Amino acid sequence: MAQIFPPVTNTLARASIFGGVFILAGLLWVFSTVDRSSYVTQVGVVREQPVPFSHRRHVAQLGLDCRFCHTSVEDSAFAGIPPTKTCMTCHSQIWLQSEMLEPVRASYRTDRSIEWTRVHDLPDYAYFNHSIHVKKGVGCETCHGRVDQMPLMWQEETLHMEWCLNCHRHPEKYLRPRDEVFTFGYEAEDQTTLGALLVEEHDVAAATTLTNCSMCHR
Amino acid sequence: MSLRQAICVSLSLLALMGCRQDMHDQKKLEPLEKSSFFSDQRASRPQVEGTVARGHLRADSALFEGRVDGKYVAKIPIPVDRALLDRGRERFGIFCTPCHSALGDGNGIVVQRGFKRPETYHQDRLRTAPVGYFFDVITNGYGAMYSFNARLTPKDRWAVIAYVRTLQLSQWATLADVPADERSALEEMR
Repeated sequence: MAQIFPPVTNTLARASIFGGVFILAGLLWVFSTVDRSSYVTQVGVVREQPVPFSHRRHVAQLGLDCRFCHTSVEDSAFAGIPPTKTCMTCHSQIWLQSEMLEPVRASYRTDRSIEWTRVHDLPDYAYFNHSIHVKKGVGCETCHGRVDQMPLMWQEETLHMEWCLNCHRHPEKYLRPRDEVFTFGYEAEDQTTLGALLVEEHDVAAATTLTNCSMCHR
Repeated sequence: MSLRQAICVSLSLLALMGCRQDMHDQKKLEPLEKSSFFSDQRASRPQVEGTVARGHLRADSALFEGRVDGKYVAKIPIPVDRALLDRGRERFGIFCTPCHSALGDGNGIVVQRGFKRPETYHQDRLRTAPVGYFFDVITNGYGAMYSFNARLTPKDRWAVIAYVRTLQLSQWATLADVPADERSALEEMR
């Protein structure tokens, strides 16, 4: 009877065991890289909007406070997208002829909502709450980036769970005094000392509590 | 295709069936999400006119309208303390300074960009106006100013008014109003 396995099979067998590990590791690497790439996370990708609203103009140039429009950020889970009436507070008088603003005026005339494209959308199984983060001293900028420098809005962070946990494990690295929460470009002189102080002062829960599954998932 | 290949392909297709986003995008509606269920496509429903949440009946007309028997109240109907003034200053900074400016003289940044200039707080008409009048203006709007009742709760409106009163005081203050121990500092700055 002829041999079923020629001698070369020995080498092949060794190579496939060795190669298998690399192929598996390679696949894992590819998946995790793709998952973190801006192709999937949409980090840094500018979204098309029905009106090219510029945060840079309204925040940096005019100095409007975040809360002028996002009124419920301190009291509710949802920061709030302003109703058309908020835009019209000023634009009933300013930039009246602007073609760009026609969707805003049309919305006000017809009482139909402007359909903004959502930029930050967490999975529905994560129960994020803005108000508690603001109260504990997490700055807008910490998650949303330099919104005051964004002509059109993009997402600054991945919003991955690993990113959330970075802060939930070490909140002291990111906390600010409460009156700096809405400031852009804030930097603490000595975050190590200040952070530890703020954790105490703002009564921030221990990392064991903050990383509990049911903190965010329920 | 051999049987083995067919099994492989169907197994991997089976695995792909797991790749759905049902948990990611659940059927529940998020705030302000679009919904085809309602004719105006708004998932967040406006309250039916006249709705009163339990325990939130606004029966106190002084507190919620700034009026008693149709006349403006002359006194802020809640206790005015440091906390209320601080809150008022913060809210004033957020909602009022864009037009009224931090001084209350009506030359805010939005006015500099072409908005109709509001009247200064520091004229006799407004210095002597009852606080209820301010409450009415914030609640219902006045001239080019829109109503701010959705952005300021009644208590916040009173806080802002308390702060506007301090602004008015500050602009007409004399050296005699400054505590004796701080006067010298001001004299030096002169």
